[in-house]
Amino acid sequence: MTVDMSQFYEVFFDEAEELLAEAERLLLGIDIDQPDTEDLNAIFRAAHSIKGGAATFGFMDMAEITHVLENLLDKIRKNEMKLTSEHVDAFLAAKDVLKMELDGHRHASDVDQDQVGDVKMVLKSLSEASADAVAPAATPKAEPVKAEAAPTPEPVSAPVAAAPTAPANVPANVPDGHVIFHVALPVISEKDLTNIKDELALLGEVSSAEQADKRHVLTLVTDSSQDDIISICSFILDPNDLVITLGEVAKAAPAKVETTPTSEPVAATAAPEALASSASASAEEPVADGKVKVQEEVGWGLFTEEGQEKQEEGYGFFAPFKPHPDAVETQLIGDDTVVTPENSGATPVVEQAPEASAAAAAPVEKRTQARRESDKAPANAETTSIRVGIEKVDQLINLVGELVITQAMIEQRVNSLDPVTNEALINSVGQLTRNTRDLQESVMSIRMMPMDFVFSRFPRMVRDLAGKLNKKVEFVTIGATTELDKGLIERIVDPLTHLVRNSVDHGIETPEKRKAAGKSEVGVLTLSAAHKGGSIVIEVTDDGAGLNREKILAKARSNGLVVSENMSDGEVFSLIFAPGFSTAEVVTDVSGRGVGMDVVKRNITAMGGVVEIRSALGYGTTISIALPLTLAILDGMSVSLGHSVYVVPLNLIVETLQPKAEDIKTVTGEGYMVHVRGEYLPIIALHRLFNHHTEITDPTQGVLVLIEADGKKSALFVDRLVGQQQVVIKSLETNFKKVPGVSGATIMGDGSVALILDVPAIIQMGQTTNYITGAATFAHPSAPAISNTANA
Amino acid sequence: MNMNTEAVTTSNSANLKSAAGEYLTFVLGTEQYGLEILKVQEIRGYDSVTQIANTPDFIKGVVNLRGKIVPIVDLRIKFNLGKVEYDEFTVVIILNLSGRIVGIVVDGVSDVMALKEEQLREVPSLVTSIDTKYIVGLATVEEHMLILVDIERLMSSQEMELIDSAIH
Repeated sequence: MTVDMSQFYEVFFDEAEELLAEAERLLLGIDIDQPDTEDLNAIFRAAHSIKGGAATFGFMDMAEITHVLENLLDKIRKNEMKLTSEHVDAFLAAKDVLKMELDGHRHASDVDQDQVGDVKMVLKSLSEASADAVAPAATPKAEPVKAEAAPTPEPVSAPVAAAPTAPANVPANVPDGHVIFHVALPVISEKDLTNIKDELALLGEVSSAEQADKRHVLTLVTDSSQDDIISICSFILDPNDLVITLGEVAKAAPAKVETTPTSEPVAATAAPEALASSASASAEEPVADGKVKVQEEVGWGLFTEEGQEKQEEGYGFFAPFKPHPDAVETQLIGDDTVVTPENSGATPVVEQAPEASAAAAAPVEKRTQARRESDKAPANAETTSIRVGIEKVDQLINLVGELVITQAMIEQRVNSLDPVTNEALINSVGQLTRNTRDLQESVMSIRMMPMDFVFSRFPRMVRDLAGKLNKKVEFVTIGATTELDKGLIERIVDPLTHLVRNSVDHGIETPEKRKAAGKSEVGVLTLSAAHKGGSIVIEVTDDGAGLNREKILAKARSNGLVVSENMSDGEVFSLIFAPGFSTAEVVTDVSGRGVGMDVVKRNITAMGGVVEIRSALGYGTTISIALPLTLAILDGMSVSLGHSVYVVPLNLIVETLQPKAEDIKTVTGEGYMVHVRGEYLPIIALHRLFNHHTEITDPTQGVLVLIEADGKKSALFVDRLVGQQQVVIKSLETNFKKVPGVSGATIMGDGSVALILDVPAIIQMGQTTNYITGAATFAHPSAPAISNTANA
Repeated sequence: MNMNTEAVTTSNSANLKSAAGEYLTFVLGTEQYGLEILKVQEIRGYDSVTQIANTPDFIKGVVNLRGKIVPIVDLRIKFNLGKVEYDEFTVVIILNLSGRIVGIVVDGVSDVMALKEEQLREVPSLVTSIDTKYIVGLATVEEHMLILVDIERLMSSQEMELIDSAIH
């Protein structure tokens, strides 16, 4: 009998991906001088598990790599070999290759066989080499980029440590078809440099390094040609002053370790100078120190470091995010403490250049390190998790929902019993109530994910944006561990991205303006999440210019919106959510076109959330989003109509009122409206809309529920309010179909079904159809009842 | 059970052959109907339903079936058969049609019977409120005619309005 193995593939893929991410995290955190045996063992176990799984499922390519990897790891963990940074690099490269192969099997994506072969070779040579032979074995890896850097910018003019230190952030990750260019610039101003970098960033990834003679070398990874670079730079400086050299093309995509044999000759020829210089750079401490300082001030200044640091904090922990090559590089070395003479002696030649940059990053890096420590605990806890399909969890949540309803029914029945004779029963039911609540809470928490999943993608974005806009922004996240329903997490990303963009673009001013306003040049953008009552509040706060009430009012008037001077600040600020509203003086490619904020509002409302803006001119703006904890539960107001009960989502209710006869107005005797505080709102009679029998057909006898969606208000006319409660949302479409005006159903405490009203649709229906309380109803209040077919 | 011993007519289609099997028979007015027993999830009494706005009157509404929201269709109204009364004898057959759960209201449930191929007859072309394409065949059991319905096809048909038309 044969078993179809393919049904288990998915499990293996998931597991392998998790193990790879975990291995990478451990590798990045490892202390090369004193590796933690536990960590080494964990990496070994990960490799071993992947090997076992891969072999079982017949993915021999993965099994082969992991086998070599395992051999090498085994030697290291048994102390037969000393762990060096080459090892770590090789392991990381192996991880990338494994990931590539995994994706190859999973999504049938391309696998670069050359890279696979290279990594395998390096691993083999590393594991064959004896402890002291390690360094030579690793020599081929002598970073082609660095080797290339040597002949680049007239090294003669830079006598001190010659310092063609391979550009600090050598992009290790060169996508296919991309080429590395080294652009050596003449001495130019900071501003020109930033401009050039920004321009070049349009072509590809740019990093820069300053040399001892104040010149800069930009490293650009792009698929454009050299001519493109020259034509871009010629806007700012004389193209004749440029020295552009073609860098070695990293042969394989994500390799951090360059093992391509072709790089060897280049390394060999360029090596003497490059290696000697970099060796001297680290051996002679003062020089290295001097360089450290220079590097620290390079280009982006404080902001870059800040952004990068945060970014690293986010990466490295969560599997879905591919680590940014720069981040990996610096982090890895950052862990490697500071460059000490002994240290650099121990690891000869090879890693010097990046190490120097590591030293530069060290002060900043230290802080990151500290913070990372505190984050470690939850990450480790993850390894003790089990894998469960989401549908199983949803089923569990549904069942618990039922249990809660059943329990409520029992409670109701018990409450009608004589408390004296049934004391024991009543006590037991009380116990049951508490246990059920706890159970519900625990089950709900299964679907919860930390906000970090969303927050971690912003540091990079903020950094890039700030660079583009020439602003200095410090990005702070608070409460990244706050948990939110998985479904909501996925849907909050887009609105948040928009708000963060807006804050960087419109909120935070340019450094000059900030200085003039007496503020620190560096703007602070804070993203926070916290639980408040039954909801989660996510806030985007900037200490920028704040919203200008007058400007918004003026703009609103010119846009034809109805505004008055008496509106509260909150109401005025909410105007920016109106479609097509932007007070930005200049429309940039980042934002300012006025599309977006209305979409943000709509998305958040669709999630059952509420947006609120607080702002003080000159001091900053906070946009606060309150979301329900989960999509499965809704805060609702039950209203009755005849014998039926409907649920109106509470977040869409503005107010409820019993109108006076004189507040009811008509247009041509048909269109009924209610006059509420200066506004005329259309009355939508639910019994008309739903063709539902009820005794109450006169609005003054019933209740008007003022509902608002998509910026439109209406008054929904129902019989009476029943009460406010949380309801579990059930889909009508599972077994039935979509019903206009109804977004779902729920089961009430007595076991009956109540429909949840789709407020935006109802407002729409009220406008487009003639369902508005008709004249006939009012003309004949005692009109014969619409046949109420036998309906118990 | 009065076996029908008539020779199988040559006109019997493959359709009829595959129709042999066990059927749950139910009553609508004076007529006996049968539906494939494997489609039946359970049989229960009629409980109060929650009306749904702007649906045809044969869709009674939805009920809570152990946490699932299930639509209830009254076949008596749909086919204009029998007196539409709801009392303690009114029966709802809960069907599970490829995962979708639907309840149908009938006048009563009578029996489960195994029907062999030779008991089945083809339906002549007729004009009825049930399109004959939803009738698999006819069977004669104890002098009664049994109308065998392809309940899955019927329930997912457009005219039952139970499924979003976009799905078709």
